[in-house]
Amino acid sequence: MPDTLLFALEASLNGLTAGVMYALVALGFVLIFKASGIFNFAQGVLALFAALTLVGFQSGQIPFSHLINAMLGTRLHHFGWNMPTVLAIPATVLVMIGLAILVERFILKHLVNQEPIILFMATIGLAYFLEGFGDIMWGAEVKALDVGLPKGMSSAVDEATFAWFGYGFYIDRLEIWAAGIAAVLVAVLTVFSQYTKQGRALRAVADDHQAALSVGISLRFIWVLTWSIAGIVALVAGIMWGSKSGVQFSLSLIALKALPVLILGGFTSIPGAIVGGLIIGVGEKLFDFFMNPIIGGATENWFAYMLALIFLLFRPQGLFGERIIERV
Amino acid sequence: MLYREAGDYKTSYVADSQTFPIKFDRYGYYILLGFAFLVMPLIINDYWANSIVVPFLIYAIAALGLNILIGYCGQLSLGTGGFMAVGAYASYKMMTAFPDLNIIFVIIIAGMVTACVGVLFGLPSLRIKGFYLAVATLAAQFFLIWLFTRTAWFYNYSPTGMISAPTREIFGVPVTGPRASAVSMYMICLCFLVASAWLARNLTRGSLGRTWMAIRDMDIAAEIIGVNPLIAKLTAFAVSSFLVGISGALLFTVYLGAAEAGEAFGIDKSFLVLFMVIIGGLGSIFGAFAGAAFLIVGPVLLKLLLVNSLGWPTDLAAHLEIMIVGALIIVFLIVEPHGIAALWRTIKEKLRLWPFPY
Repeated sequence: MPDTLLFALEASLNGLTAGVMYALVALGFVLIFKASGIFNFAQGVLALFAALTLVGFQSGQIPFSHLINAMLGTRLHHFGWNMPTVLAIPATVLVMIGLAILVERFILKHLVNQEPIILFMATIGLAYFLEGFGDIMWGAEVKALDVGLPKGMSSAVDEATFAWFGYGFYIDRLEIWAAGIAAVLVAVLTVFSQYTKQGRALRAVADDHQAALSVGISLRFIWVLTWSIAGIVALVAGIMWGSKSGVQFSLSLIALKALPVLILGGFTSIPGAIVGGLIIGVGEKLFDFFMNPIIGGATENWFAYMLALIFLLFRPQGLFGERIIERV
Repeated sequence: MLYREAGDYKTSYVADSQTFPIKFDRYGYYILLGFAFLVMPLIINDYWANSIVVPFLIYAIAALGLNILIGYCGQLSLGTGGFMAVGAYASYKMMTAFPDLNIIFVIIIAGMVTACVGVLFGLPSLRIKGFYLAVATLAAQFFLIWLFTRTAWFYNYSPTGMISAPTREIFGVPVTGPRASAVSMYMICLCFLVASAWLARNLTRGSLGRTWMAIRDMDIAAEIIGVNPLIAKLTAFAVSSFLVGISGALLFTVYLGAAEAGEAFGIDKSFLVLFMVIIGGLGSIFGAFAGAAFLIVGPVLLKLLLVNSLGWPTDLAAHLEIMIVGALIIVFLIVEPHGIAALWRTIKEKLRLWPFPY
């Protein structure tokens, strides 16, 4: 096989695994959008916050230590013990559920029946709030996150591809794990929403708020539930991105990258989020690979949005989205 | 009497449809304008101009522009930072290519260039709307910034990739570059702001503004009663981008003096202007001013309080600042979804009946 083709193949494989990461974030968006019609801009910051909290628990940081130090003149920073990952993850899940309850109590409850755009703006506000809050709570420096997932080049893929093509592909083991975990997550979510009572209630709310209310489904509970699930999905995404490139502010920017993914896949479709993520991941790697010599690098910054924009012109509701029917 | 319509008889249609129908309001407005043009230049100093007044004037123009697009025409845009960058780079190219051209024309032409780019990126709005459009405008934001940082022609092949404004004068007084005084910076921004506000106010209450509002309220119904969505949406994008471009050009030439696209016009600028529009009030000229004032003055006050009075580290104050901004946005949306402008309207209604509210 010619070398260019091999390199392109490697780039697209790497793109696939990167796409899984985008899809993980997009999944959280879709869940909340389906259940409450809210376009949750804070999903990326939610992932950042979850990862920060996890690192904070693991390393035994004292929350708000900077704030306390500034106010009282003390020099607190750590409790002096490390929490094992097995304990830290459930603790973080609890924090995310607590956050979901707070969001419902202080924001969503007051914004029932507002226009979608107002709710969208409220989530932007929430994103800013959480960003500042997370930094104050755990400090803003870049932190390494290690939950024991394997990292580095996957030698199995390297050897296998070398045996086939005479050229070893470089693929990070972490990304293979991420793909596996994402698959499990999607399977669990699908089973949950199809076969459990709460899952059915969730779909009922997504279908029609008023009808769901009239058969006795508690809307507020469902909202807490979806935001909790979205928080947990954010935690998974945060762990993956955090172990890959450290926990830092740029983590919240992946939320922006998830937006074109959503557009491609459609706002309401879980498989759409996955497929959209993969298309964007592969597309931007391949585009960069072929166009780099012609127009220069760093096209990842905008390629996804442009692709989404062009795609929208032909299919405004996304690949798997429900057809938008408008009436006057 | 204070703030009454009573006894203020309008005898012509023109008098009835003026911007400030109540005499008290009108004189207040004249006094404010007189203060801004005659008194402020005498008392303004470097600190006030640089930290509060000039940024307020510049961002108020951007907020006016975005308010036309979001508040009046209902098209959500997250590409403001990118359009400001277009204004800045257009003005830079004009200044270096035509050194004799007056800076005022440079800025206006920069606005026109931005309007063209805005129309180009507004074209998708004919087919897509709402959140989908917001994501589409993100494409403008990221693509434009990438273009300006990657294409050396835009920054005249300068080795740092920065653009810096040369000195330009109006009537012999330098208004850009390092020799510009606080007063001249203030005056040029003020003139542009007053002109922009006048333009925005008169456009939005004319027939064009009505077609925008019809599109905003329900686009299909508007189309059926004969509003051309193509013209309405694209003019909204053009006017909005024109104002945003002027504000970007002013930000670069007058205020910053030197800029780098990714840093000065990043996505955070888009959100800052968006917040100004939301907090100020969607669909209100006054709201654009109020929102800009709020988000420019608020952080400065907070910083003064926390860093200078309490001695907190600056990074902590910065985190607290974004946290408070975020919380304020949520509070505003819950308490008053239509922003400071709606609060002001309520106050005025109360004032008209005061002291006998029944």
